[in-house]
Amino acid sequence: MNLEKKNKINDDLLRPVLHTSPWFYVILLVLGGIIVAGLGSWMYQMSHGLVVAGIKWPVYWAFYITNFVFWIGISHAGTLISAILRLVNATWRRPVTRCAEVITVFALMIGAMFPIIHLGRPWLAFYLMPYPSERGIWPNFRSPLVWDFFAISTYLTGSTLFLFLPTIPDFALMRDRTTGLRQRIYGMLSLGWQGTTKQWHRLESAMQIMAIAIVPVAVSVHTIVSFDFSMSPVPMWHSTVFGPYFVAGAIFSGIAALIVAMAILRKALHLEEYLHPVHFHNLGKLLLTMSLLWGYFTFVERLTVWYGNAPAEMAVFWETQTGSYAPLFWTMVFCNFVIPLPLLGIRRLRTITGTVIASSLIVVGMWLERFLIIVPSLAMKNLPYSWGFYRPQPVEIMITIATFAAMAFLYLLFSKFVPIISIWELKVGAHPRPVLTPQEEEEAQELWRVRP
Amino acid sequence: MKAVYALYADPDSAQLAVDSLRREGVAERSITVISSEPFEEYEFSRRDKPTWIFWLATAGGAVGLILAYLLASTTQRLWPLVTGGMPIVAMWPNLIIMFELTMLGAIIMTVITLLITARLPTTRSKLYDPEVSSGKILVGVENAPDDSIEKLKQTLRATGGEVNAG
Repeated sequence: MNLEKKNKINDDLLRPVLHTSPWFYVILLVLGGIIVAGLGSWMYQMSHGLVVAGIKWPVYWAFYITNFVFWIGISHAGTLISAILRLVNATWRRPVTRCAEVITVFALMIGAMFPIIHLGRPWLAFYLMPYPSERGIWPNFRSPLVWDFFAISTYLTGSTLFLFLPTIPDFALMRDRTTGLRQRIYGMLSLGWQGTTKQWHRLESAMQIMAIAIVPVAVSVHTIVSFDFSMSPVPMWHSTVFGPYFVAGAIFSGIAALIVAMAILRKALHLEEYLHPVHFHNLGKLLLTMSLLWGYFTFVERLTVWYGNAPAEMAVFWETQTGSYAPLFWTMVFCNFVIPLPLLGIRRLRTITGTVIASSLIVVGMWLERFLIIVPSLAMKNLPYSWGFYRPQPVEIMITIATFAAMAFLYLLFSKFVPIISIWELKVGAHPRPVLTPQEEEEAQELWRVRP
Repeated sequence: MKAVYALYADPDSAQLAVDSLRREGVAERSITVISSEPFEEYEFSRRDKPTWIFWLATAGGAVGLILAYLLASTTQRLWPLVTGGMPIVAMWPNLIIMFELTMLGAIIMTVITLLITARLPTTRSKLYDPEVSSGKILVGVENAPDDSIEKLKQTLRATGGEVNAG
């Protein structure tokens, strides 16, 4: 690759960082407004108590815990996918990895807020910390909530470092391209990076180990989130399939979120030359695999319950299949399986537009899935006299909307301060690649061609 | 610090310069190659011995595992709490804590090893040229003796580099 090409990559990918469009501030302002409204709702809930939320006996886990599980699931978009693609040395990953890793860090931060919002009295959140105290609360390492604490902390630490390490050389690049305060900040963030052969070698070795370590951690995180449910003798929760079901669902929703984010970035930051149809095509294939896997798990879970015919479980089963939750259930099936299957399965439809439509539906479908796992089971526990109903209240709806705005807000800010595509990795990807067979070459050319 | 360096537009010329410097008898540790991206397919450095980073990460994991076991089991013994008929030190749930802290130990040790071996962070002034960020490759000799500077410049120039002295 010649110097002009390298400089073009630098200029194209640093443009969003160095130049700000007025639209940036407008969007930031709108998103900020929604976040403030969400914070206001939370303050209102704090001052009036959880009575303003829809959660009441017997449904104590509802929107907030749905959001918690949903965002932890979305966090699987980044680090896990990026680590897997690194390990299998998928060369097309290069423009995708940072977009993905950022989602993980922000989604985990947002997800981890929900148990605190759900507490009602967040100033007592330190009660959750596993340390011995005089209040008669013991650190209970046998509680799935403590496992959550350890798993999410480990994943957040690992993911933040996994995002930060390969960004160091790009911080050094920005240090050289900026002046004044910005130069000083980027200089500090680059840690004095030079780019010696030894530094590159060490960085790549470290990233390899991180990738190996982060995959099982990511799998464990959503397995442990599933344990929050499957360790309880609640109808349709106490299931051995929940671990892999949750992990598959998390990867599924994560890839969908990544595709949507990439499409927005491509359009908004004019990254058409870097985020090619092939990236959407390949992620679309992954999404198709996960859609099939999700369909398989849902079928297995439903069939096992139906075949067992236990009265308490069947009550929840029929309520979701044909009862008051049926519209949500069938919307979920259509969003996660019925519509994505042709959109992603038929090659001609697996375009950028096709994958984005499928992904947007999947994000909605997966939120519904989390809701349908949590609420109907709690509303219809073993004894009919303890059944109840849940109706979300404006406070909960506003906080939920605000978290989506917060995700977009943080993502937007990040892309303003850090190149959203790893510049040095992209340059490495442009090094000469192995010769393909004529047919493979033709297919590759077709996919890399820029098209809407 | 006396340093002589040249900037090259492509990795082939940079490789040529490194080879010429080696032939001139410049010690391997004195040759510095700096680039804005890694070039795995070139042999810019021979002093990259197999790294200990994998073993240190494993050691970090082992430390995490031991600490996790001690944290969980000691706490359970000190504040015994019978839950769901499980033993006081219940290994099945403890395995989860042990797994998470093992991985955390490995991850943290990997980052520490990277920072130490790559000598980061540093504020010390080093051989560097901002042109590197524009894609050029810097090949230089650090701590060159005064009497060899001219010869080094000639060698670097002969391989097509834009020579500078710092």
